[in-house]
Amino acid sequence: MKEPKEIFEYLIKEFGEDGIHFETGDTGEPWIEVPAGNVKEIMKFLRDDFQLKFNVLMCLSGVHYASEAALGVTYHINSTVNSAKLALKVKVPEEDPVIPSVESIWKTANWHEREAYDMVGIHFKNHPDLRRILTAEDWEGHPLRKDYVQQEFYQGIPTGE
Amino acid sequence: MNDIMNITTKEAGKREMTINMGPQHPSTHGVLRLELVLDGEIITDVRPNIGYLHRCFEKYAEEVGDYSKVIPYTDRMDYVSAMNQEHGYVTAMERMLEIEVPERVEYIRVIVAEMQRIASHLLGIGAFGLDLGAFTPFLYLFTEREKILNIFEKVSGARLLYNYMTVGGLMRDVPEDFKTDVAEFVKTFRPKIKELNDLLSYNKIFIQRTADVGVLPEKVAFNYAASGPVLRGSGVKWDLRKNDPYSIYDRFDFEIPVGSGEMGTLGDSWDRYIVRVRELEQSLRIIEQALDGMPDEGDVTEAAPKRIRPKAGEMYVRTETPRGELGYYIISDNKGGPYRVKARAPSFVHLSLLRAISRGHLIADMIAIVGSIDIVLGEVDR
Repeated sequence: MKEPKEIFEYLIKEFGEDGIHFETGDTGEPWIEVPAGNVKEIMKFLRDDFQLKFNVLMCLSGVHYASEAALGVTYHINSTVNSAKLALKVKVPEEDPVIPSVESIWKTANWHEREAYDMVGIHFKNHPDLRRILTAEDWEGHPLRKDYVQQEFYQGIPTGE
Repeated sequence: MNDIMNITTKEAGKREMTINMGPQHPSTHGVLRLELVLDGEIITDVRPNIGYLHRCFEKYAEEVGDYSKVIPYTDRMDYVSAMNQEHGYVTAMERMLEIEVPERVEYIRVIVAEMQRIASHLLGIGAFGLDLGAFTPFLYLFTEREKILNIFEKVSGARLLYNYMTVGGLMRDVPEDFKTDVAEFVKTFRPKIKELNDLLSYNKIFIQRTADVGVLPEKVAFNYAASGPVLRGSGVKWDLRKNDPYSIYDRFDFEIPVGSGEMGTLGDSWDRYIVRVRELEQSLRIIEQALDGMPDEGDVTEAAPKRIRPKAGEMYVRTETPRGELGYYIISDNKGGPYRVKARAPSFVHLSLLRAISRGHLIADMIAIVGSIDIVLGEVDR
């Protein structure tokens, strides 16, 4: 099973149609949107199902959808067994950005999730070590939010030009 | 205070100690701080601290409002393999825009990308040897790397950060003697690989320092999404140039070297090292074939669009850099610049698996392990 559409239909059969959508842009690759509630179960299924075997999480990116007042995470997964790729998306509202961590499924998610927390401010539930990673521990705000305003001083040092 | 004064020697022996390796350390290849938790000389835990070189690549890409102005910044991620970084980005943009790239451009790109792979591996291998006390190979390899940089200087005008590839083409055509220069390099470089093997690869001390050190089993490698030589060192035949071909890599005949546990355990530091050495030869093979196939005539800027404005949509495009899978996740909202760019850097991912492979080793082995995964901090911190 390789095509995103096929995998989507397979997923609906397993998890029901609730909150799972297949979407495409005007260009580029399609993605499957899944609800934040059972993202962990879906990922585990994608990894372990004998027809899918998505054994590698290539990339996990945090995104701020300013016009929808939402934060999101995109998971790009890869199956080295079937040479298949798939993109999945989760969106949560800005005021309550909590998504279950997939660290227990793919260890590589640990740092990617820390980065998404640092850059856009998504909280990953049950992450073992959710700290900032690229910016300083006591940095304020999340730089990749579209409405981000850089703090004027960091520990008494001006940050602007 | 009294607490410390009153402990007995026996108790003191049981206490763990936390020390910093870095941020300034000769063998961390940049500004990296490793918090080592030690029991005597044995590492019980390691916590890498990164971010010292964070230059807001992703924020810049969003704010600049122009797709082509992101290219010079990609150079500065992995500054020792800038051509490969550009190659990934322009490939991604061309797929978003659905542009056909002229043959001549593709061939030139592959030649410079493979030359860059050799240059990068030479630095990686040389610095690895240097970390372990082998000074001579480093100098020999740098002499060879210099020749590549000279060719790049002729081609692009710069020695390290080229800004040479553009979306749909190249900044300018290669100079007339490009083909002879490259052919000459291939000819003179091939015997040096054997020299390198005699000097370093099969050197007894080097083998003792690297074999059985930092073993990365296949299962752990997949779990941590390892790629490139780190994954291949664990015996997995996985190379994006073959498994998910981009550009014109599907036209060339080359092999994927993998580790086999020759000197110790499968997936140890020596295996990761030897994969890089063997890739040098494979890159030479690709360059030779590309030189044969490269058309002599053709405008390298003809397919470059005047205005870059992809339709709304998103894409994750991955390419094989010397360090592994470099992915660009680009979201377009039909404007002049990207809505979001995320760079998935192989070094970032590989540094996160450091903890899994270094526990139980001695401090001195830490140097070998960091050297064997060949990180570039510019790419880790972006």
